Amino acid sequence: MKTTRKTADKLRYSRVILKELVKTDFQLRYQGSFLGVAWSVLKPLMLFCVMYVVFVRFLKFSDGTPTFPMVLLLGIGLWNFFSEATTMGLNGITGRGDVLRKVDFPKYIIVVSATVGSLISLAINMGVVLVFCIFTHVQFTWNVLWLPLNFLQLYILALGMALLLATMNVFFRDIQHIWEVVMQALFYATPIIYPLSLVVTQLGPKGVIIQKLMLLNPTAQIIQDIRHNLIAPDTTPTVWTMWNGSPLQFIPLLLTLLILWLGAYVFHKHSAKFAEVL
Amino acid sequence: MAEQLPMNSANAGSDVVLKVDHVAKSFRLPTEQASGLKQAIINWTKGIKGYKTQQVLRDINFEVHRGDFFGIVGRNGSGKSTLLKLISKIYVPDSGSITVNGKLVPFIELGVGFNPELTGRENVYLNGALLGFTHEEIDAMYDDIVEFAELEDFMDQKLKNYSSGMQVRLAFSVAIKAQGDVLVLDEVLAVGDEAFQRKCDNFFTQIKKDPTKTVILVTHDMGAVKKYCNKAILIKDGEIIVSGDKEEVANQYTLENTKVNLVQSGERQGLSEQVPYIKIIPHSPMIVTPEDSFEFTVEFETTKVDDYYLSVSLTDTRHGVIVYETSDRAYPMESKSGKQSLTLRLPLNLFNNCDFRVRAAVHVPDPDNPERTIMIAFTNDENAYVFYTRDPQYGDGPLINDVSFPIVTVTSSNAENIDAD
Repeated sequence: MKTTRKTADKLRYSRVILKELVKTDFQLRYQGSFLGVAWSVLKPLMLFCVMYVVFVRFLKFSDGTPTFPMVLLLGIGLWNFFSEATTMGLNGITGRGDVLRKVDFPKYIIVVSATVGSLISLAINMGVVLVFCIFTHVQFTWNVLWLPLNFLQLYILALGMALLLATMNVFFRDIQHIWEVVMQALFYATPIIYPLSLVVTQLGPKGVIIQKLMLLNPTAQIIQDIRHNLIAPDTTPTVWTMWNGSPLQFIPLLLTLLILWLGAYVFHKHSAKFAEVL
Repeated sequence: MAEQLPMNSANAGSDVVLKVDHVAKSFRLPTEQASGLKQAIINWTKGIKGYKTQQVLRDINFEVHRGDFFGIVGRNGSGKSTLLKLISKIYVPDSGSITVNGKLVPFIELGVGFNPELTGRENVYLNGALLGFTHEEIDAMYDDIVEFAELEDFMDQKLKNYSSGMQVRLAFSVAIKAQGDVLVLDEVLAVGDEAFQRKCDNFFTQIKKDPTKTVILVTHDMGAVKKYCNKAILIKDGEIIVSGDKEEVANQYTLENTKVNLVQSGERQGLSEQVPYIKIIPHSPMIVTPEDSFEFTVEFETTKVDDYYLSVSLTDTRHGVIVYETSDRAYPMESKSGKQSLTLRLPLNLFNNCDFRVRAAVHVPDPDNPERTIMIAFTNDENAYVFYTRDPQYGDGPLINDVSFPIVTVTSSNAENIDAD
């Protein structure tokens, strides 16, 4: 009885802090700019325009389907979330050293609030994508029912990564620089700005294996899955179609869970020491 | 019976709001300037650890009960703030345990972690949340906080536009007006201007009387310890060296701060190498009436020649106030080494029935400033003396009796108030 009440109290306390932190983070993000919250829609749209001009019009990247611009926009939106959530989470603990040295509160909330803040931006972005989809007459299928699970996996991956990075950054500040480089590499290793089929057309038969290996990366798997389920079920290859039947197709899913477990474990183990090290 | 036992222990436990049990804490301090990879490799090849372990606290034990105003004193670097952070659960002890019953509100390093980009109002709500209060709970406290901080006109300004005094005032108001059970305050008595300090003084006096609120105060101000606290501990080099009586803690702290070589032994508080012995020897009985007087001798021994002065003080232990204190140079003594004594008689006809403690202290002129004196020894609880005035003719309530304090009615609209003569 007493322990359940205690956990209930703790949860209520965590929720109160989470709400306040997300609120202030969001207020602060666009504070002082003329357009304010509108930037959370405008920024990805402008980035999309740049990439569309460079890669679709200029370099002529395309998988040959009319939906490719939408697939590109969706990919950029999803990647932005992953990149923002992990980077904000990474700096979450180190950035709040002054508070941590003065009050004791559940520290994982800082990281969760950073990822939830990015989740709000993601929701806005996805709203925009949806509007574009309707305008360009995308044919939705019953596959959209999978989307909640896809987004859940994306969030779990981002949260696990953020917890892991936040902890490491407290002890080794080099992590923030390393992660920047890793993110850049991951960005190009994931079929975001180019279609996955480009690998085969460029590399020939070798490309088929590389294509399959690339999809074992959880970010690639999730982004392809969401594109597949939302926009283009027929023309987006996913890990499930490429590794069909092989048990290896579950690797990205297992990796996601492993990262969450590892992040939570490492964070929990070291969070008591944060105030002393910072 | 089996059911009663846990009930009893629960009741006994609920009175203790803070229990610090065999707590120890150490920190690793890097010995080299750089802490990067290069230094790590150099250290590794040379086989040095690159850090040294500093034991900040060792085996600290004490309990704080509900309603206490508990003082923690000690010189800079003695481990007070670390102890406070351990109590506030910001640090984790290496060994031992700390149990807190009730909601604890810390106020450490002059702030609660404000964000300069947010307005005063937003900061209050954010901080309240970090302290564990919901939006609705803070709504209820908000006006109180703003009023206490006297910042009504500034709450919608960003915090970076506040003066430093205003920031601290707001942070302090959040901490003390938040409805916590245990308030942990670190070096707060210099907050704000004179008017604000007076306000804080009133607040402390008020909270001291409240049996449901507990305050733990770290301070260097011995006046504050004597005024507000009912219990105190003195920490030196990570250990508690005096625990319990606030007067003794305050006096020992003053001794610690003078350049006196103290006698290093737990039972011999208040003594130094220059004055290894001081004691009050009573001549009157332990229980006297207010019509008697109290006679006693102060004996002390010195090991070198110096200009010695004795001072004495009388404390009302029941009310916890200093009734009388002579000046530091009240009784010039002989400038010699060896035993000296002074016999005094205190008048008691002013008082009602009370419990008194007589103390004495030895002072010498301060070598840096001969105008002033430094205390080099005092009577600790064992060497001081406690006596009682008891007489059924006198009351038990206030300190001063009716005979010695005859109030005269000058005029009154009610004729009955005017004395016949």
